[in-house]
Amino acid sequence: MNINIPSIKKDLFVMLIFSVVILSMPMWLKPLGAGYPDLLQKFAIFGIFAVGYNVLFGLTGYLSFGHAAFLGVGSYTAVWSFKLLTMNVLPAILFSVILAGIAAAIIGFISLRRSGIYFSILTLAFAQMFYNMAYSVLTPITNGETGLQLSRSDPRIIDNMMAQAGASLPSPTLFGLEMSGYSGFYFCAVLLIIAFFISQRIFHSPFGMKLQAIKSNQTRMKYTGYNTRPYLLSAFVISGMYAGLAGALMAVTDPLAGAERMQWTASGEVVLMTILGGVGTLIGPLLGVGIIKYFENIFSAMNEQALLAAYSFMPDWLAKVMVTITSPFVGEGWHLTLGALFVVIVIFLPGGIMEGLGKIKNLFKSKKKDTFTEQIPPKLPEKAEPQKEVS
Amino acid sequence: MSDKKNANGWSRRDIMKAAGAFTAAGAMPMFFTRGAWASKTFVNDPGNSKTVKLGFNVPQTGAYADEGADELRAFKLAVKHLNGEGDGGMIQTMKPMSLKGNGILGKKVEYVTGDTQTKSDAARASAKRMIEKDGVIMFSGGSSSGVAIAQQSLAQDMGVVFMCGLTHSNDTTGKDKRRYGFRHFFNAKMSGLALGPVLKKEMGTDRRAYHLTADYTWGWTQEESIKETTEGLGWKTVKTVRTPLGAGDFSQYITPVLNSGADVLILNHYGKDMINSLTQAVQFGLRDKMVNGKRFEIIVPLYSRLMAQGAGKNIKGILGTTNWNWALKDEGSQAFVKSFGNEYGFPPSQAAHTCYVQTMLYANACEMAGTFYPPEVIKQLEGFNFDGMGNGPTEYRAADHQCFKDVLVMRGNEHPTSQFDLLEIVQVVPRAQVEYPADIFGGELGPYEKS
Repeated sequence: MNINIPSIKKDLFVMLIFSVVILSMPMWLKPLGAGYPDLLQKFAIFGIFAVGYNVLFGLTGYLSFGHAAFLGVGSYTAVWSFKLLTMNVLPAILFSVILAGIAAAIIGFISLRRSGIYFSILTLAFAQMFYNMAYSVLTPITNGETGLQLSRSDPRIIDNMMAQAGASLPSPTLFGLEMSGYSGFYFCAVLLIIAFFISQRIFHSPFGMKLQAIKSNQTRMKYTGYNTRPYLLSAFVISGMYAGLAGALMAVTDPLAGAERMQWTASGEVVLMTILGGVGTLIGPLLGVGIIKYFENIFSAMNEQALLAAYSFMPDWLAKVMVTITSPFVGEGWHLTLGALFVVIVIFLPGGIMEGLGKIKNLFKSKKKDTFTEQIPPKLPEKAEPQKEVS
Repeated sequence: MSDKKNANGWSRRDIMKAAGAFTAAGAMPMFFTRGAWASKTFVNDPGNSKTVKLGFNVPQTGAYADEGADELRAFKLAVKHLNGEGDGGMIQTMKPMSLKGNGILGKKVEYVTGDTQTKSDAARASAKRMIEKDGVIMFSGGSSSGVAIAQQSLAQDMGVVFMCGLTHSNDTTGKDKRRYGFRHFFNAKMSGLALGPVLKKEMGTDRRAYHLTADYTWGWTQEESIKETTEGLGWKTVKTVRTPLGAGDFSQYITPVLNSGADVLILNHYGKDMINSLTQAVQFGLRDKMVNGKRFEIIVPLYSRLMAQGAGKNIKGILGTTNWNWALKDEGSQAFVKSFGNEYGFPPSQAAHTCYVQTMLYANACEMAGTFYPPEVIKQLEGFNFDGMGNGPTEYRAADHQCFKDVLVMRGNEHPTSQFDLLEIVQVVPRAQVEYPADIFGGELGPYEKS
C-alpha cells in the first residue's frame, strides 16, 4: 500500500496551527463583521457537527440525510439536564453525547443494512420521524413548536441541594463561568479543537483506512475477509455522538431546544457544508461551515442602507446602479447567492473549496518544479503493515 | 525511569503533556475575558453617541412572510416619524406625548433588520446578532407566538427590551411573561371574551362546536379561551383536533367534521394555515349544510386583513376578532392610514399597526424616563395610560405587560367595495368587557435588573 499515514508529530504541528487559528477567531473575524460571540459560537458548534459528519460521509461515502436528529436529541437532553439536575454544563454534555450515541446506534443498525440512495432515504425517514414525534406525540417532553425552555420552578435537584434558587432564571455555567458571550465561544472552541484532534487521529488510523477502503470498494473489502458492518456502525455512531455534542453546545450557549433543529433542512445544511468545503478533507467541512453561517447571519441582514455605505467610495450614480444590481442577492436573497455559489463550486470544483486551494497550490508548485520529479513513485512507508493502533 | 518512545519519537507521556498544554492554552482567554462587561452599567448604552439603534426582527421568509413584510414597512415609517421626517403620523395624535421629532432623547434613530424565518433558533440568532454586533438598545417584531416567547426570554437574559409585534397567545403575557417583554397586541383570552356576546346573539346558546387547532402555544391557548367562552354560553364541544403548523392540506381533518354532528367549526389557525383550512372547509360545502336544524357556521377567532385577502370570497360572512382595522374613523387611525398610504400606496394591516405603535411607545417611554437605562424605561411603560393610537384609551398593565383596549369583532364583508375592504366591523367591544385578572395564567415577570 502506498498510502502514507502522517506521523503524529506532523499532526500535532497541524493541530497547533489549527488551535491558534480557531482561538484567535474573534480577532481576525472582526474586520469581516463576524467577530461577535453568537456567530463565533455558531462557527465552533457547527464546526463540530460538520467534522463529525465528515467522519461518516468523508471516510465511508455513506451519505446520511438524518444527522439533524442527533443534533436535536443532544439539545433536548442538555436542556432536560439543566431542568432536572444542574445548570453545570458538563453533565448536560455527557448525557447528550451518550444519548445521541444510543440513538445513532439504533438508527445506524437499521439503516446500514442498505447502502447508497437507500441508506440516505432511510436516515431521512428516521430524522423526519424524530422531527414529527417532537412536534406531536412527544410534546410533553419537547414542548412542541414552542420549544423546550428553562423555567425558574424546575426541580434542578443538584443545584437546589447546594443553594436556594435565585430570583431570576439561572443560566448554564461551567463551575461559575457563564456560558454566554465570549467565554461560551472559547468553551466551544476548545471542544472543537479536541473534536478536530480526535477526527484527525481517526482519519490517520488503520480504522480510518478501513473506512476509506469501504468507500473505494466495499465488495472487495468483504472478499478480503473483513466484515464491514461493525466498521460502518462505529463510524455512524461516532458521527452521531459528534452531532449530539454540537446539539448540547447549542443548548449550552442558548438554553432552548426546538423541533425545527431536527428538520430535514438542518440535515441538508450539514451535507451542503461538507460538500462546499470538500468531502473527505479535514479542514474542508470547517470552511463550509464558515461560509454558510456567514451568509446566513451577515448577508441576510444586509439592506440597501448597508450596501450604499459599502459603495460610498464610488460616484453617486454608480453606487445607485450597483445597489440595484446587488440588492437582490443580499438580505432576503441570501439563499439565492448561496445557491449560485454552491452550483458553481459543484460544477467547477467537485472536491469543494479544498480542491480549489489545492489547484492554486499546484499552480505555484508546477512553476517551480520540473514535471518529471512528480512522476517518481512516492516513497514507501518505513514500516510494513499491519500497524499497531497509535494511541 | 525511561519513557517508551514509539516510532515517531513520541511517548504517551509526551502526548499527554502536549494535550494538557493545549487545553490550558485554549482555556486561557476565559480567565481574561470574564467580567469584561461588568464595568458597564447596561448593555449597549449609547453613551455620547449621536445615534441610537433599534432592531427589527421579522419573518421575511416562511408562512408568515406577508405579515413580516408589512411589519417592516411600519417600522421604517416609525423611524422616519421619530426622526422628524414625513408627516409625523401618530406623533400628532398620541396623548400624552413626550417625543419631539428629533429622534429619541436627541439621538437620531437608526435601525437594523433581521429574518426570524418563523423559527425560534433563527430568531434568537438574529436577535443576538443585533444585540452583540449592531448594538441595538431595543428590538421588536413578531408574527408567531412561539418565536415571540423565545425572543422575550432572550431579552430578559441579555437585558435588552423586546417590544412584541404580532403575538396572540395567552402565554406571551401569561405563563411566559418577562420583565423585558411588552405586548400591545390583544390575546386569545380577550378574543374569547369579545366574541362571546356576539356569538350568543348570532348563533344562540344551543350549538355543538368542533375545533381545529394549530399545534403550538398560540393554538392551544386560543382553543382553551374560545372553549371557555362557548361552553359558558351553553355550547357543547364535540371534539378538538390538533393540526401541525404549516400542514398545507387540511382535507383529512375536515372530512370527519361532516359526520361528527357538530354545527359550528372553529378554526384556530393563522396565516397561510387559516387560508388553506377555511378555503377547504368552504369547498367541502360545510357552509351550505343544515345540521341539527341549524345552518352550519364557521368561526375564525383571530382575523387579519392579509389573511382575508388570501382567502378571497370564502371569508364572506365569517365572524372573528382583530386588534385594529384601517377602516376605523378615530383621529389616530386616520393619521396612521394616511401616512402609511402616502408612503406605500395601500392601507396598513393590524400587524403593521401594532409594530408602529410599539416603536412609538418605547421611544416615548425613553423620552419620559430621560434615559435608555432599561429598568427606568420599563417602569415608565408599566401602567402607562395613553390615547390617540387607534384603539381608544389604552393601558399597559403593570402586572403582566399586556395592553388593555377595545377589541373589534369583525365579519367577512359580503359586498366589498375594494380589494382592501374585506372585513366589516360588527362591534367595537369596550375594554371593560375584555379585562381579566392578571394572575389567572400564573408565570412571573422576573427582576428589573439584568440577571
